[in-house]
Amino acid sequence: MDVHVFWTALIAAIPAGTPYLFATLGEIYAERSGILNLGVEGMMIMGAVTAFGTTLSTGNPWLGVLAAAIVGGLMASIHAFISITLRANQTVSGLALTMFGLGLSGLIGRRYIGTPLPARLPRWHIPVLGDIPLLGPLFFQHDPLVYLSLLLVLVMGFILFYTRPGITIRSVGESPATADAMGVNVFLVRYVCTIIGGMLAGLGGAYLSVVYTPAWIEGMTAGAGWIAIALTIFALWSPFRALLGAYLFGGVKVLQYRLQPLGISPNLLNMLPFVLTIVVLLAATGEVQRKRIGMPAALGIPYERGEK
Amino acid sequence: MGRRIRFEKRAVVSPTVSVVANLVSLILALLVIALVFRVIGLNPWEVYRRMFSGAFGSKYGLSETLVKTIPLLMAGVGLALAFRALVWNIGAEGQLLMGAVAATWVALFAMPNAPAWILIPTMFVAGFIAGAIWAIIPAFLKAKYETNEVITTLMMVYIAEEFVNYLVYGPWKGAAEWGFPYSDKFPDAAQLPLWGTTRVHYPTLILAILAAIVVYFMVQRTRWGYEIRVTGENPTAARYAGIDSVKVILTVMLISGGLAGMAGVGEVAGVHHRLRVAQGISAGYGFTAIIVAWLARLNPLGVIVTAFLFGGLLVGGDTLQVSLQLPVATIDLFNGVILFFILASEVLTRYKIVWHAEDLST
Repeated sequence: MDVHVFWTALIAAIPAGTPYLFATLGEIYAERSGILNLGVEGMMIMGAVTAFGTTLSTGNPWLGVLAAAIVGGLMASIHAFISITLRANQTVSGLALTMFGLGLSGLIGRRYIGTPLPARLPRWHIPVLGDIPLLGPLFFQHDPLVYLSLLLVLVMGFILFYTRPGITIRSVGESPATADAMGVNVFLVRYVCTIIGGMLAGLGGAYLSVVYTPAWIEGMTAGAGWIAIALTIFALWSPFRALLGAYLFGGVKVLQYRLQPLGISPNLLNMLPFVLTIVVLLAATGEVQRKRIGMPAALGIPYERGEK
Repeated sequence: MGRRIRFEKRAVVSPTVSVVANLVSLILALLVIALVFRVIGLNPWEVYRRMFSGAFGSKYGLSETLVKTIPLLMAGVGLALAFRALVWNIGAEGQLLMGAVAATWVALFAMPNAPAWILIPTMFVAGFIAGAIWAIIPAFLKAKYETNEVITTLMMVYIAEEFVNYLVYGPWKGAAEWGFPYSDKFPDAAQLPLWGTTRVHYPTLILAILAAIVVYFMVQRTRWGYEIRVTGENPTAARYAGIDSVKVILTVMLISGGLAGMAGVGEVAGVHHRLRVAQGISAGYGFTAIIVAWLARLNPLGVIVTAFLFGGLLVGGDTLQVSLQLPVATIDLFNGVILFFILASEVLTRYKIVWHAEDLST
C-alpha cells in the first residue's frame, strides 16, 4: 500500500476512534469502582442528541458539548441509584438505561433529522509542531476534543495508578468491605465514578453529533457504546491501554469506508467492527485469566454494609 | 420516643405480592413516561388514548396485537429460561433473524417444490437449528473462555442484521421485486395458514403456547430444571452440588436461541412471506422479549400474559408512528422505563418495611 494512503488512513483513525476513547475511559472508572454499566450506548446517544440540540439552539458547540456531559452524568445517576442504593441487578439496569436512552433520544431528536449544524468546533493547528511533516497532521492538527481526550488518558491514568484517590477507587472495586472498614465511603466513591463514566459517555456522543458526523441521525451511535464496553475489558481497565483499543476500532471504521469502492458489499464491511469486538474480547479475556490481573474483583456485585 | 423504619428481608415473595408489585410498577412507569411526553410537548393522555385504542380498541387492533404477541411469546419463553440460569442472552433479535434466514433457505432454495406438510415442519426445525447455532457460539465462548455473553450475544445481533441485509441486497435479491430489497416470494406451500381474515398465523401461536407449557414443566419438574434453578439462585451451591455449569449454559442457550429462531420462521412464513431487510422482519421483538420475560418474573406461563401486553404496546407504538409521526424508537422509551420499575420493585418486594419503636432499655 502507498505510504501516503496509509498515513491519511492513520490520521483519519484518530477522530474516528475518539468517541470510543471517551466512552471507554468513562466505563473504566465506573468498573474500577465495581459498577458495571451496560448503559453506555444509551448515555452516548443521549449525549449526541443533547449536544446537537444545544448547539442548534445556542449556536455554540462548546455549550453543546458541556450539556452532553451533564446529561450523560444524569443518565448514569439513574443507574447508580438502582445499582448502588437499591442494589438491584446491574446487567438489567444497564440494559434498561440503553433502551431508555435510545427511545428518549429518538423522541427528542425527531425534529433535528436533516437539519444542518450552524456551528462547528474549530480545528486547532498547533503552531510549529503542526508544521512537522507527517507527524504534524497525525498529532497536531485535530479538533480540541481530540486533545481533551488525550489529556484525559494521561490525567485519568495518572490518578488511577499513582494517587491516593486512585488507590481508593481501585480498593472499592476490589474489596469494598475492606475499604469500608478503612473509613472509605464506598457508596460515594461508586456514585462519583459511575457519574464520571456517564459524563464521558455523553462527551463521546457529543463528538459524534457535533464533530465527527456532524448531524443528528436516529440511533447514530450504532453499537459504539457496546464496543466501548468490550474495549474496557480489552484495555484491562487501564486508561493508557484504552487509547490503543479506541484507535484500533477507529482504524477499522476508516477501513470500512476505504474498502467500499473496491466493490465489497457494505453490509459485509459493516460486520467488521462487531466481529473484531468478539475477537478482541476473546483475546483480552484470555489475557486476564493468564495474568490474573485487571478485572476488579467486586465488579457487578452490589455492596451491602454488614452490621457493625 | 422515636420510631425507626427498617427493611427486613422476606423469606418468600408470595405470588400476590409479585402481581401487585408488577401492576404498581407498570402504572408508575406509565406516569413517568407521561411526564416525558409532557416535557417534550406532547399531550400524554392523547398519546395513551391513541395507543390503547389502536391496540385493543377494535377487532383489527386486537388481531394485530396477537400477531405481535407470537414472536414475543416464543422468544420470551426462551429468555425466561436463560435468565433463570443467570445466562444473559441479549441476542434473541439476532437468533430470530437467523431463524428467518434458515426458513427462507428451506422455502426458496432447499425444497421449494415440497408439499406444505413437509415444508412447514422443516422450516421450523431449520429455524430452531439456525437460532440455536447463533446462540451456541457465544455460549461456547462463555463456557470455555468466560467471555461476557452480554456483549457477544449483542454483537451477534449486529452481525445477523448485516447478514440479512447483505442477502436481500445481494445474492438472495428477488428477480421479480423491481429493485426492492426483498427475496422472492415464498411458494404457497411455505406460507403459514391464517386465522380467518386476520394476519394471525396460528400454527406459530400454538407452538409458542406449547413451548411455554413445556418449558414451565421442565423447569419445575425435571432434574435439569432443578439444576437451572440452583445455578441461577446460588451459583456457589450449584458448584458444590456437582452441577455441570457448562451443560447448563449450553442447554439454556440452545433452547432460547432455538425458540427465537422459530419466532423468526413465523415472521417470514406467516407475516411477510419473503425475506426483507432486518428492520422489516423484526420490530425489535428480540429486545422487547427481554422485558416480556422480566415482567413475567421469568415464569414461562406468565410470559403468555406479558407477551400479549407488549404485543399491544408495539401495535400502540405503530399507531403513534402513523398518527403523530413519532419515531419507532418511542417503544424503547417504554421498554427502558418499564424495565427500571420492574427491577426496582423486584428489590423492594424482597424486603418488607417494618416500623418499630426505638428500644428504650439500651
